[in-house]
Amino acid sequence: MNKQVTTQGPWTTTKKRYRSNLWSPRRFDLRRPDTTVVNAASYLFFLSCVLLFCTSAYASDISLHGFMQGNYSAGVAASNPQGGDFKLAEERLQLKLDATADPFHLFIKADGWYDHIGQKWGSELREGYIDYTAGKWDARLGRQVITWGVGDLVFINDVFPKDYEAFFSGRPLEYLKKGVDGAKIGLYPGFASFELVAIPLFTPNHFPDSQRFWMFDPLSGNGPGITNRETVKPAATIENTEIALRAYRDIAGFDASLYYYRGFFRQPSMLPDNMTMPTKLTLSYPKLSVYGASLQGKALDGVLSLEAGHYDSRQDRNGTDPMVPNSQTRFLLCYQRQLWEDFTVSFQYYAAYMHDYRPYMKNLPSGFPQERHLHDLVSIRLTQFLMHQTLRLSWFSFWGPSDSDYLLNPEIKYNFSDHVWAALGGMVFGGDKSWSQFGQLDKNDNVYLQVRYEF
Amino acid sequence: MKKTLIIVFAIAVSAALCGISLAVTPDEVMKKSQAAFLYPGKDFKARVMMKLISKGGQERVREMTMLRKNYGESGGDQKYFIYFFQPADVKDMTFMVYKYPGRDADRWLFVPAISMVRRIAAKDKHSSFVGSDFTYEDVSGRSLAEDTHGIIKEEKTGGKDSYVVKSTPKAGDMDYSYKMSWIDKSTFLPLKEEYYDKRGELYKVFTAIEVKDIKGFPTITKRSMKNLQSGHLTEVSYSRADYGIGIDDSLFSERFLKQPPKKWTE
Repeated sequence: MNKQVTTQGPWTTTKKRYRSNLWSPRRFDLRRPDTTVVNAASYLFFLSCVLLFCTSAYASDISLHGFMQGNYSAGVAASNPQGGDFKLAEERLQLKLDATADPFHLFIKADGWYDHIGQKWGSELREGYIDYTAGKWDARLGRQVITWGVGDLVFINDVFPKDYEAFFSGRPLEYLKKGVDGAKIGLYPGFASFELVAIPLFTPNHFPDSQRFWMFDPLSGNGPGITNRETVKPAATIENTEIALRAYRDIAGFDASLYYYRGFFRQPSMLPDNMTMPTKLTLSYPKLSVYGASLQGKALDGVLSLEAGHYDSRQDRNGTDPMVPNSQTRFLLCYQRQLWEDFTVSFQYYAAYMHDYRPYMKNLPSGFPQERHLHDLVSIRLTQFLMHQTLRLSWFSFWGPSDSDYLLNPEIKYNFSDHVWAALGGMVFGGDKSWSQFGQLDKNDNVYLQVRYEF
Repeated sequence: MKKTLIIVFAIAVSAALCGISLAVTPDEVMKKSQAAFLYPGKDFKARVMMKLISKGGQERVREMTMLRKNYGESGGDQKYFIYFFQPADVKDMTFMVYKYPGRDADRWLFVPAISMVRRIAAKDKHSSFVGSDFTYEDVSGRSLAEDTHGIIKEEKTGGKDSYVVKSTPKAGDMDYSYKMSWIDKSTFLPLKEEYYDKRGELYKVFTAIEVKDIKGFPTITKRSMKNLQSGHLTEVSYSRADYGIGIDDSLFSERFLKQPPKKWTE
């Protein structure tokens, strides 16, 4: 038996990466999804929409905004796996086009950039959709960012795609969220409000690039590792269309929501072709359903939030398949309070409870790191504004009591004028175990700079 | 008979005197002022231009549309909806407040960059409104019962007959120890306010620069707040101010926070 696999096999990887909602450890290279074709099609579609809108005599209102941004991040703990010290070095232009011709509204947000590390130009349609608004309902069609739930960088019912590399390498927070390609319908009958989302084209999460980030990868260990990896995304079929529902209303002064999702894990599971001597890995996205609820309101002189969700792992309901994550119940408690002028503190406690723990233990091959029954995470955020809210000092940190790992993110942001701001911050990771969520990122500590001219 | 008449006359006179004295009680003046300043009309809309001017003269601009709707009597609940045009980094942000007399308001903020609606924990008394010299309380008002009011004198301010009212917070958690207000006797709008710090020194001055009649409601369309200690100044001007425009209750909802209707924000 291959020693690397025996001691740190892919099975643990599969379980381990599933344990946290923020981001779970990855021990394998994830190829970027091939979105070129979709992108090209989207561009053409939206370009034609823009032309249509711009030439339309009905377009009553068109506006163009955006920014130019420099974003740099330098590793301070170690050079990158592929060499070089910069995790990020790029200049970027974003254009946002808004056009309204009642009852329609068009919005396009597109980025173009030059990446100094890869030495190449890139572009992306961040968002691009058309809204239709009626009295008691509305619809949004196209690429759109959807944010659900009440967590701060902790996601239970926000089942939509994230870009963790963006967050860990010091991009502005908005780059943590990725758009989904789908349709959203809003219904407002009065007694409650509803959001219905259908996503025919699957978008996985984006995890740190193995060339720029050190991560725990048992299969590349001391040798070249298994380079033969294939990613299989859910095919764009009717039955694979992801469905997400949210119902919300006020209950006794609290904002209450119920959630339902039927789709897929956005973090892949790994299937080796051979359990003992794997030569090829297939990465696929297991089926998932989520049932959840949240409450947010004023309490104890601050804002109190509660959220919970049951993750039904539909391909491993009895917890015996070591390749597929077990079902879980996740819970979040959050309290935010202003202590003095322009100073706010918020505290979060998050826990994920694994179901069918006994079958999991029984099927876990011996010698593998063993996931805990309950994985928890504590976060603190401190924000102080100064100088008429033009200077912002902030601190955000995660600490995992169950794995003794942490993430620290201090940042200072200053608005030089109404158009120019800059932020300087740091990302520090660590922990006792080299395979834990933040512990494996230990060598990726970085200092980042964001400078933006907004117009 | 004569005695009865005298008694009736005495009662009438004292009643009249009471009536007169009631009309000029400081609490009554402040109540009328609150109604004229913060509650006129069933609803209200204005394009608000806020200039934040530093001691060195650097200007920053906050431009927004503010919509307000009253629920119940003057001094009762209100809802606010604010849409930001400027600066660029907050463009398209929306902000919603449910204000209740006597307790902290509910506040929601929509951040378009990540399409997120969040409640925010901020205290009316100690929070600067968008970094200006105005606090939330200065913008949406303060419960009258939180202060004791006394009419110190009556004098002319800017050619207007005014009551000069001293308001002292009952609780000691305020940044100022007392406030002097010059209330116009005819419109009951505050023409000037002076805030004194804990040492009794003047540190903040509110000035009504321009008052216009809009649909029969005298409205302060230009105002300023100057911090004498920091030298920072905030100037606010209203344009396209209007009352009774029929704002629907549904505007004050998560739906429209996320998709602010042009009809109301423009």
